[in-house]
Amino acid sequence: MSSKLLRKTASYGIFWIAVAAAGMSIDNSYYLQVLTFIGIHSILALGLNMLMGYAGQISLGHAAFYGLGAYTTAIMTVHYDLSPWLALPCAICLVILVAFIVGLPTLKLSGYYLGMGTLGFGMIVHIIFREWTSVTGGASGYVGIPPLELGAFSFSSSRNYFYLVWCTVLISIVLCQRLIDSRIGRALRSIHDSEHASKAVGVNTRNLKLQVFMLSAALAGVAGFLYAHFVSFISPGTFDFIVSIRIVTMVVIGGMASIWGALLGASLLTLLPEWLHAFSDFEMIVYGLILMLVMIILPQGLTRGILDIYERSHKKYFK
Amino acid sequence: MNVLIKNISNSIQPENDSESHSVAGENSSIVRIEAICKSFGGLQALWNISFDVRPYTVQGLIGPNGAGKTTLFNLIAGAYYPDKGRIFFDQIQVQGKRVHDRVKLGIARTFQNVELFESMTVIENVLVGQYVRTRSGFWSTIFRMPWTIKEEQGAREEAKKLLNFVGLEQYAEVRSSDLPFGWQRLLEIARALASKPKILLLDEPAAGLNAVETKQLGELIKKIRDQGVTILIVEHDMSLAMDVSDRIAVLNQGRLIAEGTPREIQSHDAVMAAYLGGGK
Amino acid sequence: MQEALQYVFSGITNGAIYAAIAVGFSLLYNSTELINFAHGEFVMLGALILVTLWNIFKLPLPLAFFITVFTVSGMGLLFERLAIRTVSKPHPIVLVIITVGASIFFRGIGMLLWGKDSYSVPSFSDHAPITIFGASLLPQSLWILVIVGISVCALHFFFKKTLTGKAMQACAINKRAARLSGIHSEKMVLLAFFLSTGMGAVAGIIIAPITMCSYNMGTMLGLKGFCAAMLGGLGSLWGSLIGGFLLGIVEALGVGFFSSSLKDAIAFLLLLLILYMRPGGIMRVKEVKRF
Repeated sequence: MSSKLLRKTASYGIFWIAVAAAGMSIDNSYYLQVLTFIGIHSILALGLNMLMGYAGQISLGHAAFYGLGAYTTAIMTVHYDLSPWLALPCAICLVILVAFIVGLPTLKLSGYYLGMGTLGFGMIVHIIFREWTSVTGGASGYVGIPPLELGAFSFSSSRNYFYLVWCTVLISIVLCQRLIDSRIGRALRSIHDSEHASKAVGVNTRNLKLQVFMLSAALAGVAGFLYAHFVSFISPGTFDFIVSIRIVTMVVIGGMASIWGALLGASLLTLLPEWLHAFSDFEMIVYGLILMLVMIILPQGLTRGILDIYERSHKKYFK
Repeated sequence: MNVLIKNISNSIQPENDSESHSVAGENSSIVRIEAICKSFGGLQALWNISFDVRPYTVQGLIGPNGAGKTTLFNLIAGAYYPDKGRIFFDQIQVQGKRVHDRVKLGIARTFQNVELFESMTVIENVLVGQYVRTRSGFWSTIFRMPWTIKEEQGAREEAKKLLNFVGLEQYAEVRSSDLPFGWQRLLEIARALASKPKILLLDEPAAGLNAVETKQLGELIKKIRDQGVTILIVEHDMSLAMDVSDRIAVLNQGRLIAEGTPREIQSHDAVMAAYLGGGK
Repeated sequence: MQEALQYVFSGITNGAIYAAIAVGFSLLYNSTELINFAHGEFVMLGALILVTLWNIFKLPLPLAFFITVFTVSGMGLLFERLAIRTVSKPHPIVLVIITVGASIFFRGIGMLLWGKDSYSVPSFSDHAPITIFGASLLPQSLWILVIVGISVCALHFFFKKTLTGKAMQACAINKRAARLSGIHSEKMVLLAFFLSTGMGAVAGIIIAPITMCSYNMGTMLGLKGFCAAMLGGLGSLWGSLIGGFLLGIVEALGVGFFSSSLKDAIAFLLLLLILYMRPGGIMRVKEVKRF
C-alpha cells in the first residue's frame, strides 16, 4: 500500500522533472511545438481513456468535442472579441451540455452500436463545422485566434505555451488518478467488467456512464481550447472522423486503463507522422504497418504489454 | 473470532434489530409477493404467485427445471418487471423500481454463474459492493476532502472484516479471477453483504461446488441469518435447501404448489408428484 | 413527381451499392463478430483493379470482373492470415484497431500504385438511358441492380442450400458447438473473409462507371456500408439489403430536396434515429455485447 503510494509520488516527481527539464533545455521551437502537440493529444487520450479504458464504453466521435472546444473559443474571441478566459468556461459548459444531450440516448447502446452512434454524432458535428458557414467559417475555418495572455504575461512563445499545456496535462492526470482510485473509479471499472453485476451491487450505471462521458468530453473540450489558441487558426479538417479514430488508437496502443499508457500512446502517435515524413510516398504504408504490428505483437497495448513481458520474466503468478 | 463476528454483526446488521418480531400481521413479512404473473412471449413463466418471506429466516425456493424459480428470483431482484401483481419490500412497493434502487433499500443478490469484477482484486470487489453505503461524490473525490479519505479508510476496514467473515482475508490483494471457483462464490456473497442488505438473494449458490464446499456454504448461510439478514435461496441441491431453509416454497410449472417448513414439504403429495414426475 | 422519381432512381442505384458493401460487413460479422474497418479499402481496390484491367490492359469485361474479384478476395485471405489470425488474445477493440491500421495500409498501397489521380471507366454497356414517367434510368443502374441481386441470391442459396453454407451459419451461431460437431471453424472464418472481401470488390466494380475512382474513395463508402448494415441489423443478409436501399433512397431525396452538402449528415442522422428508436436495427437483431 505505502510502496504503491511511494511509486505514484515518484512517478509524478519524475514527470515534473522531465517536463521542466524539457522546457528549459530545448531551444528548438519545432521540438517545443511537437511536445506541445503531444501534451494536447495526451489530454484527449486521458479523457477518452476514462471512458474507454475504465468504463469500457467506446466513443468514435471524440473529435466532435475537441472541435466544439476549439470552435467555441474561436467564435467568442475572433467574432465577439471576448477574453479567452471567458471563452474557456463557456467552451467547457457547452461541451458538457452537448455530451449530456448526446450521451443520454447514445449510452444506452453497447458494443458496435455505441461505436456507430458516437461515430455518427462526430460526423454530423463535423459536417456542421464545414457547412454552417455563417457561424463556423465553413471549410476555411477561423484565422487570427489570439494567443493567450494572463495580465502582462503572454503565452505566445513556444516555451510558455509548452509549460501551460503540460501543466494542464498534469492537472488532468491528477484528476483522473484520484477518480480512478476512488469509489467512483471502482464503480466505473465494475461497469467495464460486468455491467450486469455492477447494477446488482447498486451502481446506477446509466448515470455513471453519462457522467464519465461528460468528463471525458470536457477534457476534449479543454484540449480543443488549447489547440485553437496554440495554432491560432482552425478548420473542420482537424476535427473529422479520422481524428476520432486516432484518439481511440492512442488509447489502445498505449494500453487501455492506464494513465501513463494514454500519455505514451499520445506521444507515439504524434511523433510517428513526424518521423515518417522521411518515407514520403511510403508514409501511409509504414504508418498502417506499424499500427498493425504493435497491436499484433502487444495486443494489450504498450504499457501493459511491456509490463507483462517484464513480470513474466521476473516472477511466477499465484495460481 | 467472537469479537470479529460481533463486529460483523454491527456492520451487516440492518437498522431495526428487533429479534422478537411478531409472527402475525403486516410485520411478519419482509418480502410480500402478491399475485405475481410473468410471461415471456407466449410462455407463462409465473402464474398468480403469492407468498411472504418472514424476516430473519432462510426462505428456500425450489422446484423442478423450468418451474419459474429463477424468474421469480429475478423479479424480486429487479432484473425483470412483473406483468401483474405487486412485490412489497418492508411495506414498500418495489415491483417497478430499478435494480440499483432496490439495492439501496436493502435487497442484495448473487448470480448463478458468479459474476465478479474479474479485473479487480478481491478487496476491490467488496469495496464496489459498498457503493450504495458510501457517498463521496465527484468533487469531493477530486479535491481529496478529509471526509472522503476517512470514508475510504472506513470502507477498507469494513471490507477486510467482511473478507474475514467469509474466510478470504489472506487473499485481499489477489485478482478475483485467480481465485478457485468455490472461493469466488464466497467473495460474491461478501460483495453482496457489503451493501448491508436486509435480504440476501442467493441464486443456486451450491451450483458447481463439491460436497465439502456445499456443507461450508450451508454453515455460512446460517451464520449470515444469525446476523439478522433474511435470506432467500433458490436451490437445486435438495439436501442443502432442506438443511438451511426455515421455510420452503415449491414452484412447479409457474405455480406455487406448496409452502411450509422443510418437514411439511418433504411429505407433501404435490411436491412428490412434481419431483418424481407422477401425474395426477 | 418526375423529379422525385429521378431522385428515387439514383437512390436505388446508390442503395444497391451500399447494400452490397453492407452485406460484406454482415457476412464477416456473422462468422467472426468482427467489424472490418478496412472493408471500404477493398471496395476501392476492386474499383481501381478493374480500371487497370479493363481500361489499361484492355481485357474483356467479364474476365476483368472475375480476376478483380478473385484478386481482392485473395488479399482478404492474406489479410486474415497475416493480421487477424496472428493476434494472440484478440479483444474486439484490438482487432478494430488492426483493421484501422490495415485500412491506412491499403490506402497507402492504393496511392503508391495508382497515384493521387482519379480514374473513370465507361458504363458496362452503351445503351441509351431508359425513360420511365419522364425520369431517366441509366443502363449502369440496371447493371448494378442485376449484379447485386444475383450476388445476394447466390449468397442466400449458398447459406440455405449447401452444406458449407449451413456449416458457416452453425459456426456463426455457436462456434464451440460447431467445432464439436466436426466443423472446421478456422476454414469457415477464412471463407467468410473471402466472401466478404469478394462482395466488397463487386461493389467497387459496379460503382466504378458512375463515380470517380481514386485511392481515397473507400473510407466514406465503407462507413456508409457499415451504416447500412447497422440500419438493417448487423449480421442479417436481408437487413443489410433493406438498410442499404433505405439509406440510398433517403440520402438521394435529402440531396434532391435540401442540399447536396448535407448528403453525409442525412445518412448519419438517419442512423442515429434508427439506433435510438430501434436499437438492433430494422430487423432487430439481438444486440451485440462487445467491448
